[in-house]
Parts: sequence; structure tokens; C-alpha cells
Amino acid sequence: MTNKPNALRRLTISAVSAVVGFALSSSIASAVDLTVYTAVEAEDLKKYAARFNEDHPDINIKWVRDSTGIVTAKLLAEKDNPQADVIWGLAATSLLLMKGEGMLEPYAPAGLDKLNPKFVDKDDPPYWTGMDAWVAAICVNTVEAEKLGLPMPTSWKDLTKPEFKGHVAMPNPNSSGTGFLDVSSWLQIFGEQDGWAFMDALHENIDHYTHSGSKPCKQAARGEVAVGVSFAFRGAKSKAEGAPLEIIIPSEGIGWDMEATAIVKGTDNMEAAKKLVDWSISEKANMMYNEGYAVIGIQALAQPVEHFPDNIPQSMIDNDFEWAASNRKAILAEWQKRYDSKSEPKS
Amino acid sequence: MQMSTPAAATVPISAVRIKPKASRDDWHMRAFMLVIGLYLLVALAFPLYAMLSKSFQNHDGDFIGLANYLEYFGTPALTYSINNSIFVAVITTGITVTLAFVLAYALTRSCMPLKGFFKSVAMVPILVPSLLPGIALVYLFGRQGMIPELLFGHDIYGPIGIVIAEVFFTLPHAMIIIITALSIADSRLYESAIALRASKPRIFFTVTLPGARYGLISAAFVVFTLTITDFGAPKVIGGDFNVLATDIYKQVIGQQNFEMGAVVSVVLLIPAAVAFFVDRVVQKKQVALLSARAVPLQPNPNRRFDSIMLGYACLVSLFILGMLAVCQYAALVKFYPYDLSLGLKNYQFDLMDGGGWESYFNSIRMATYTALFGTIVVFVGAYMVEKGRGFRLGRGFFQLLAMMPMAVPGLVLGLAYIFFFNAPNNPLNFIYGTMAILVISTITHFYTVSHLTAVTALKQMDAEFEAVSSSLKQPFYKVFSRVTVPVCLPAIFDIGIYLFVNAMTTVSAVVFLYGPDTTLASVAVLNMDDAGDIAPAAAMGMMIFYTAAGVRILHYIVSAYIERRTQKWRMR
Repeated sequence: MTNKPNALRRLTISAVSAVVGFALSSSIASAVDLTVYTAVEAEDLKKYAARFNEDHPDINIKWVRDSTGIVTAKLLAEKDNPQADVIWGLAATSLLLMKGEGMLEPYAPAGLDKLNPKFVDKDDPPYWTGMDAWVAAICVNTVEAEKLGLPMPTSWKDLTKPEFKGHVAMPNPNSSGTGFLDVSSWLQIFGEQDGWAFMDALHENIDHYTHSGSKPCKQAARGEVAVGVSFAFRGAKSKAEGAPLEIIIPSEGIGWDMEATAIVKGTDNMEAAKKLVDWSISEKANMMYNEGYAVIGIQALAQPVEHFPDNIPQSMIDNDFEWAASNRKAILAEWQKRYDSKSEPKS
Repeated sequence: MQMSTPAAATVPISAVRIKPKASRDDWHMRAFMLVIGLYLLVALAFPLYAMLSKSFQNHDGDFIGLANYLEYFGTPALTYSINNSIFVAVITTGITVTLAFVLAYALTRSCMPLKGFFKSVAMVPILVPSLLPGIALVYLFGRQGMIPELLFGHDIYGPIGIVIAEVFFTLPHAMIIIITALSIADSRLYESAIALRASKPRIFFTVTLPGARYGLISAAFVVFTLTITDFGAPKVIGGDFNVLATDIYKQVIGQQNFEMGAVVSVVLLIPAAVAFFVDRVVQKKQVALLSARAVPLQPNPNRRFDSIMLGYACLVSLFILGMLAVCQYAALVKFYPYDLSLGLKNYQFDLMDGGGWESYFNSIRMATYTALFGTIVVFVGAYMVEKGRGFRLGRGFFQLLAMMPMAVPGLVLGLAYIFFFNAPNNPLNFIYGTMAILVISTITHFYTVSHLTAVTALKQMDAEFEAVSSSLKQPFYKVFSRVTVPVCLPAIFDIGIYLFVNAMTTVSAVVFLYGPDTTLASVAVLNMDDAGDIAPAAAMGMMIFYTAAGVRILHYIVSAYIERRTQKWRMR
């Protein structure tokens, strides 16, 4: 335990910074508080708020973060009494759902014309604007794969081979946005019937379904499972931390979704909300997204991201978001009926 | 347990008239009783009612009778959890009670050394959230575990993992109860048995076990209830083995299906309530076993027996401390299992889900408020029940309410709070999502044990104190503050520390109630594990342990000091 004094010092520093942070936040209490719902990875939240505050110190972001499915369900549950001012960083399919429920405020942010048209809602003015694309990927732990004698998968179909039995984890689409984009993309790639048949076969090999979309990849990083169906961003992050991971882009193509931004109808802070949405599609913001994501709203600015496979843009399927959003409920119900009882006693 | 007799309620009105008119002091007292009674109604009875009625409603709030229940029992994936829950709880009960009995036997009936140490170690699981043993098991027996061979190819994710984690979690509770039961043995019975030349096994089965039977039964029901209502262990280590507690969480958090969450809650409430009721009946019988002429049993040294017991106690301690050591090691390792160098990377909570370091400090604040306000509410409430005058029916009802939280699982209480306090037409709506609702729910969740501690302490005090003071025309609060509180100070401290530690470690009720500004350390452990950040989850879990242990030690030192100052009168 030679680390003890160090731990203590860190603790003191955190305690002090917590106190200072508290003092600071109360000193700018006169600024506008914006409640922002998000599914952006936790480790990025502070960075996002800090960069935004460089340009808008008078707007204080109060994050409410959870998995995509949870944030979506929470927003829908609060439909009659919305708590959020802005949604910044939630799946476009979820925002389409909310648009359908009449929960969003249409707004054309400044600089809209620079954005890739794919990243803008079809209505004018648009109900939401995209930030970056987050794409499905398979995280394979090379050390464990070698130990188990697993071949390196190159396609989704490979995962249904018998040697992968019990070595695959994937997110539950009911709670995870990544899980949903996987399921909805398979239904588009393989067609409805073959898509479910593929999932039936995959289900046989699944060791467990997780609550969040990042967990399968983090588990693969630790070797807790050999193969995690997750998203490329997570895999690249874990790889950068030193995990023995290979990030596979399956040959059939990959599902993807956009992280997108929208104003919640009925917000009391419309001015601040608009400022945030303007900023969220700015060049500065896009460059910030590019630090983690390879595909961004203003693709001309994009730089290659470390550990990201370079064939991502051409592998992204022509995702029909409207279709995915309008069939979301039915797809999830069907999925739950088929697979959510993995736990039934095997007597 | 003094219940109001039904006779009190049926006294004819004319008889009441004869009683002296209630004095001003009496009115003060009644006002106090009313306030505390109202607290329990608002914090417990009304929310439970809201939850019960929600289970009969559809999503839009229309009454639909038993439709939700029919849907529930028509979904095999959901009803399997009932079997799973009972299965895990029964197995855990068998193992824990056996282990705890042998340990308690070693602590009371052997002359092994270091009894105080072994007893303290066995109490350690109380100081950690029930998620932590699950995390330790992942590191021990998971696919990259340190010793997965010990499972002989079985999977730790599932019933095996849940049972091991629950045994860890419930052991201290069972041990305390059984120690009490074994401590009241009558030495004369053993002398007679030896005089009758009964063999040692025979004495064990005809004297020891029957003497401790109520303690054993009571321990069994407590362990059963704790296990079936626990949510932390199955969440972390249960894999796809669903139990009722995780089903409630999945329905509410995963799918925001509050109505189905309410139905599962009612289903979970039934075994918990039955176990609780049986336990109450059994505990009352235990008291009757004590006779005034009993001679306390003194164990005699026996080398062989003592060393066997010592070995056993060492094993149990190794199990408990080993689990914690694994978590601490995992928290310090940079990237398990590929980079085993040590560092503090996993303590950067601000980069993870769950609210970061702020949630740790929130937890300490929450635990402090809970201990402070909880102790006041509980002790004043117990005083009113025990020493109050008049209002018998009300006092009996209050006593009943105070016993109820024990039978209500934390998740159920938390869900009930959502329904009750988040209703738009509830004037108390404003406390939703604040620190206040966390404190109130935690006080209520742990009310019963605190209340019983207070009542026991108050029962030791002669009722003459109140009688004398009232004949001297002193208001009741003077006796209360000048006599009752100082005399009961040790018990008051016990209640405070009990509430503090539980507020630090609890996950179940608060997981539904925390807001963006009131994230908690225990919930952060859960959320970090959910996101796959298991090492930081272990790190935060150990922070909770160190805090709870530190406060516990502080309590020990302070209470020893105070005992010397205020409890001198107890010594001769």
C-alpha cells in the first residue's frame, strides 16, 4: 500500500476542488441554468460543457445523463411536464420519436448550410441537427480470442458460427441505443425475415445482454468476454487505454445513428437554448466531436481518429431513420418476446 | 412490545369522563405524537397506498382492475423470477444460518482467543453496499478471475454468484441474532445433562439446539427477507438470472414501465411481509424462554474443540477480508488483467458515470442528515409510544406503523415514493429530486430497527421518572431532556451510527429517487458497473467502506468517552 499518501493527497485535492467548484458555481448563479438531457459518454460531458462555456460563460449546463434508452424513456415519460430545456447528444431515432410526439421546437441554427444534409432533419425549419455519427462495431479481445482459438470475425454472420457460442455480449436494445441501432440495422441489411433469423442464431451464441452499449466493449477490453457488440468510439477509447482490442467493421455494413441536438418545446430559456444549439453545430463544436468520432456533421473538417478503422464512412449503411423511429416500439416488443428470457431455467 | 389492548378502545364514554382533564402538558404531548404519527403516514402509509393503487391502473391512470396482474402472470419470463428469487433466498438462508450458527457457537461456547477481533470482522459486511461482494466475485471467479478453477467450470454469473454474495452480505445479521440466542443458555440444563451422562452430541441436539431454536428461526427469516429483497448482488453478479428485485429495476429504470414495476413490487412485498410476520411471532416466544433463576453458561477450555473453532473463525474472517482485499486490489490495478501495475487511475470518478466525486460527498451529506434527523424523529417517536400518556389507540397504531418498514423492501419503498411524491397534485411535490426525499426515504427504510433500539433503551427506565416529574408539575420535555436523553445516550448514538452506515451503503430505495444534483456514492457504484467500469465501481465501493468503518471507529471512541462521563451511575 505504498500509494496511500498519494491517495490521501488526491482525496484532499478532490475535496478542495469540490468546495472550490461549489463556490464557483454559486458565484455564477445569476447565469442561466440550462437543463440538458444527454446520452454522450460520461467522460466527455465536462469537456463539452467547458468548451461551450469558453464562448458562453453566462450559460450553465446542468447535465442529466443516462443510456440512450433511458433518456428517451425519461423524456417520453415527462412529456406533459418536460424538465429538459435542450437535448444535446441523443440518437436521431429517439429525436424523431419525440418529433412525432410534438415535443420538439423547430429551429434553424446559424450555420446550418455548412452541415452535411444527412445530418439535418428533413423539415424546414428542422426539428433537430446532427453532431456526429456513432457506428456499430465488434470489439474483439485478441488475447482471449487466441486463447480460445477463435477466428477473427469479419462479418456479422461470422458471430453466429458455433465456435463463438458463449463468447459474445451485446447490449439490450430496450435500454441501449447502440443495441437498438444494431437490431434495426440488421433488419435493414438482411431484411425483416432474415434479420430475425440472424438474431435467433446470434442469440444462441450470446453469453449475456447488457444494460448499456459501452459495457460489451469494456467487458471485451477486460477479457470478461471475447467479443463485444458495441460501437467504434468505445472500442477506440479502450484501445487507447491499452486494451488488447481489435475493432472490426463487419463486411455486411454497419448500423449507425447520429448524436443530435434539439430544443424541447415549452422551455423557459429559449434564448439560451438557441445559443446552445447554434454552438452545437459550429466548427469549433465539430472539431471537438472529431476528437472522439471519425464521422461528423461538417465532414470537411474531419481528421482521422486514432484507433478508428478507416473504412467506416463507406461501410455505413443507408440508414432509414424514419423507418427505424416509427417501428421502434414494435421492434423492441418483438425483441423482448424472443430474447429477454435468456434466463429461463434450463431444466 | 406494548400494543394497545382492544379494551382501551371500547371503554364507555362515561368512564372517560372520570379521568382528569388533559393538562396543557398532555396537549403538548399529543401534539408531538400527532406530528410524528403524521410523519409515518406521509413517509410510509400514503406512498404504499399510492403504489398499490398504481398496480391497478394503466399508463394513463385509468383503473383497469387486475389486468396488470393478469399480464404479469401471463408472461413466463417475468414469473420465472418468483421461483428464482425464492430458490436463491432459501439456499442462502440454509448456508448463512449454518455458517453463522457455528461462528456464533465459537464466539459464545468456546475459549478460543481473539473473540473480539473475529466478531468485529464478521460485522464488516454491514459497512459495504451489497454490490461490493458481487464485484469481488467477478474478480475472483469471473472469466478473467484469479481463482475460477474453484468453481469447477460453473459460471459465477447466476445463482452461484448471487448466493455467495448474499451469504457475505447477510452473515453479520444472522450471527448477531444467534449470538443473542446462544448467550441466554441456562448452565443448569447442561449440568443436569452431564449428570445424566448424556453424550456431547446428545447434549448438543437436546439442549443447545432447542435452546437456540427461536434465534435460529428468527435468523432464518431475517436472512430470507434480506436476500429476497436485496438488489445489489443480483444486479452485479446475477447475469441473466432474473430475480424479482432486478425485475423491478428493469421495469422501472430500463423500460419506464411504472405500472408493471408496481405489480412486481406487490409480488415481492408478499414473501417479505410473511417472513416478517412469522419472525415477530417467533421473537415474542424467545422472551418467554428466559427464567429469572437461569445461571449463565461459562464455556470451559477444551484444547481440541477450541482450536477447531479458531480455525473455523479464521476461515470465515479470511472469506470476508479476502473479498474486501480483492476489491481494493482491483481498484488500484491500472488495467486488469493486462496491466497489473498499481495506480490511482480508477479513482478519477469524474470521468465516469454516476456523478463523480460529488456523489461521494453527497453520500456523506445524506448520511449525516439521515443520522441527525432520523435519530431525533425515531427517538422522540419511541418516547411517545413508550412514555406517552393517553391516546392509547393512537400509540398502538403508531407502534404498528413503526414496525412496518422492516417488511417493505427498499426498491418498493423507492417506487412508492415516485408515485406519491411525484404526483403533480401532491403539495409535497417540491421535495422530489432533492436531498430531502433521499433523507426521508432512508430514515423510513431503516425506521424499525432504530425504533426497536430506542424502545428497548426506554423500557429500561422506570416510569416513576415521568410520574414524579408530573407530580412536581414539570412539563414532560424537561424530564425528557434532563433525564431520558442523557440516560439513553448510548442507545441514541447506536441509532445514529446505524442510520449513518445504512445511508452510506443503501442502494435500493434511493436508486429511484436521486436527481442530477443528488447523485450518491452507492448508486454511482451501480451505475459505473452498469457502464462496464467495474474497477472504478470497486474503488468507490471501498471509499464507502472506509468512510463507514471510520465513522464506526469514531463512534466507538466517542461513545466510550461519553459512557465514562454520563453512564457512571450504572456502576457501583
